[in-house]
Amino acid sequence: MVEIIQQLINGLSLGSIYALIALGYTMVYGVLKLINFAHGDVYMVGAFAGFFAATSFGWGFFPTLLFAMAVAAVLGLLIERVAYRPLRNASRIAALITAIGVSLFLENLGILILHPDPRAFPDLIGLRTFEIGPLLINNRQLVIIGTSVLLMLLLHYIVTRTKMGKAMRAVAEDGETSRLMGINIDRTIAFTFALGSALAAAAGVLVGIYYTRIDPLMGFMPGLKAFVAAVLGGIGLIPGAMLGGLVMGIAEVFVVAFISSSWKDGVAFAILILILLLKPSGLLGRAAREKA
Amino acid sequence: MLELQDVHVYYGGIHALKGVSLTVEEREIVTLIGANGAGKSTTLRTVSGLVRPRSGKILFEGKPIQNLRADQIAARGIAQVPEGRRVFATLTVRENLEMGAYCRRDRQEVRADMDRVFHLFPRLQEREKQLGGTLSGGEQQMLAIGRALMARPRLLLLDEPSMGLAPLLVTEIFRIIQEINKAGTTILLVEQNANQALRIGRRAYVLQSGEVVMSGPAAKVAADPEIRRAYLGG
Ligand SMILES: Nc1ncnc2c1ncn2[C@@H]1O[C@H](COP(=O)(O)OP(=O)(O)OP(=O)(O)O)[C@@H](O)[C@H]1O
Ligand SMILES: [Mg+2]
Repeated sequence: MVEIIQQLINGLSLGSIYALIALGYTMVYGVLKLINFAHGDVYMVGAFAGFFAATSFGWGFFPTLLFAMAVAAVLGLLIERVAYRPLRNASRIAALITAIGVSLFLENLGILILHPDPRAFPDLIGLRTFEIGPLLINNRQLVIIGTSVLLMLLLHYIVTRTKMGKAMRAVAEDGETSRLMGINIDRTIAFTFALGSALAAAAGVLVGIYYTRIDPLMGFMPGLKAFVAAVLGGIGLIPGAMLGGLVMGIAEVFVVAFISSSWKDGVAFAILILILLLKPSGLLGRAAREKA
Repeated sequence: MLELQDVHVYYGGIHALKGVSLTVEEREIVTLIGANGAGKSTTLRTVSGLVRPRSGKILFEGKPIQNLRADQIAARGIAQVPEGRRVFATLTVRENLEMGAYCRRDRQEVRADMDRVFHLFPRLQEREKQLGGTLSGGEQQMLAIGRALMARPRLLLLDEPSMGLAPLLVTEIFRIIQEINKAGTTILLVEQNANQALRIGRRAYVLQSGEVVMSGPAAKVAADPEIRRAYLGG
C-alpha cells in the first residue's frame, strides 16, 4: 500500500510533465487540426534555453523558467509562421509531413549546434527529501507538481477569461464562423502556438531539474508519449490533455515499479492501441461530436 | 450602402454566382429569395469575405471590400447570421455574445448592448451560463441573432433565420428583425419563407441559378404571378 502511494507521487510528477507537453499538442490540434510533431523538439529547445539561462547567466529557477518559456514561445511563433502558415490551404497530409520535417530539422540542428552528448542540467533546486511516515517525497517533485498546477491554472484563466483564450476556443470549434465575428484566425493560431510552446518549455526545464540530464534528442520519446496522452484524454480537449498526461505518467511509473522497467516506453503505445480500440474519442471525448 | 456589381463566384468548376448585381440602401430591409441552390448563401458569404469573387466588385459605404479578409469586413461593420445558426456549441451563451463583440473596444457600450440583447431575448439571459450547444433550435437562432447584434453592425446579413422554427417563433423572429431595422440597422435578408420575408422587405431580389431574375419593390415582387407560383405556393 505504501509502495503504491509512493509510486503515485512519482507518477504525478512525471505525469504533470507529460500533461504540460500534451496541452500544446491538443491546443494546436484544436485550432489547426494538425498534430504538430515538432512539439517535442520545442520542449527540447526549452530545456536548453533553461540550461543556458542557468549556466551562462547564473539565473535561479524562476527567471530560468520564464526565459525558457519565452524562447520557446518565439520558436513556436517562428515555426507556425515559416512552416505551417504557408500550408493553411494545403492538404492535411502535407502539413503532417511538414511537421515531421520540422521535427527532424530541429533535432539535427540541435545535434549540430548543441552537440549530441548529454549535459548535466544545473542544480537549480538543491535536493531535499522529506519523510512523511514511510513515504519519501523530495522538493523537486513538489516544485514540478506545484509549477505544473500553477501553469495549468493560469492556462485555465487564459482560456476561460481572456478574449484571446475565448477566441481560441471559438476558432477550434468553427473557424469560419469565428471569422464572421471578426476574429483574425492567423493571429489566434499564432497565439496558440506561443502558448503551447511556452508550456512545453516549462516541462523541459522541469525535466532538466528532475532527471538532471538533457540532450538534443530528449524531445522524441516524451513528445510521442505526450501525444499519446493528448489522444488518451481526447485530442483537442484541454482538460483531456491534463488528465491524459497524469494517467500516462502514473501508468509508466507503475509499470516500471511493479512489472518491468523494460516496459517503460512500451506502456505508452499499449495505451495508444487500447484507447484507439476502445474509445477513439478519448477519455473525455464524446463518441461523435454533435453538430448543432 | 452595399453594392454588388457583376459578381461572379466559382466553387472549383461550379459557377455559383453568374454576375450578380444588387444594392442595399441605408436603413432598408432588402429581401433575397430563391430556390435551393440558387446562390443565396453564396451571395451573403461573398459579401462577408468567406468566399472570394473571381470577378466583380463589392462596395460597402462606397469602398471596395471584395479583397478584404472576412475579419476585416466584420470590423468594417457587416455582421452575418449564418445559415444553420452556427452557434458556438462549446461556448456559453454569454461567451457567444462576447465573440460577437470581438472587434469592439468600447467595453461599457458592449455591456449595454449585452443588456439590450438580453432585453430583446429574455430567454438568453436565463441561459446565460449554459453552453450554446444545449439550447433549443429557436434559442440558438436567438443567440445567433443576438451575437450578430453585439457587433453593433451597420449592415446585418441574415441567412434563413426562420429555418426550422415553429410558426409562432417565425412570426416572432420577423417582428424582431423589423425592430432591429427600426433601431437603425440596414438588413439584407435571405429567406425561403418568402411570404413573410417579402412582407417585411422594402425591396426584393429573386435569384435563380446564380442570376438575379427579378427585382423591385417587395410588394410588386410578391404580386408577380410567376413568383407566386414558384415561391409563394400559388
Ligand atoms: N462549398 C461548396 N463547394 C461546392 N459547391 C458549393 C459549395 N457551396 C455551395 N455550392 C454550390 O453552389 C450553389 C449555390 O449554393 P448556395 O448554398 O449559395 O445556395 P442557396 O441559395 O443558399 O441554397 P439553400 O436555399 O439550399 O440554402 C449550389 O449549386 C451549391 O451546390
Ligand atoms: Mg443557403
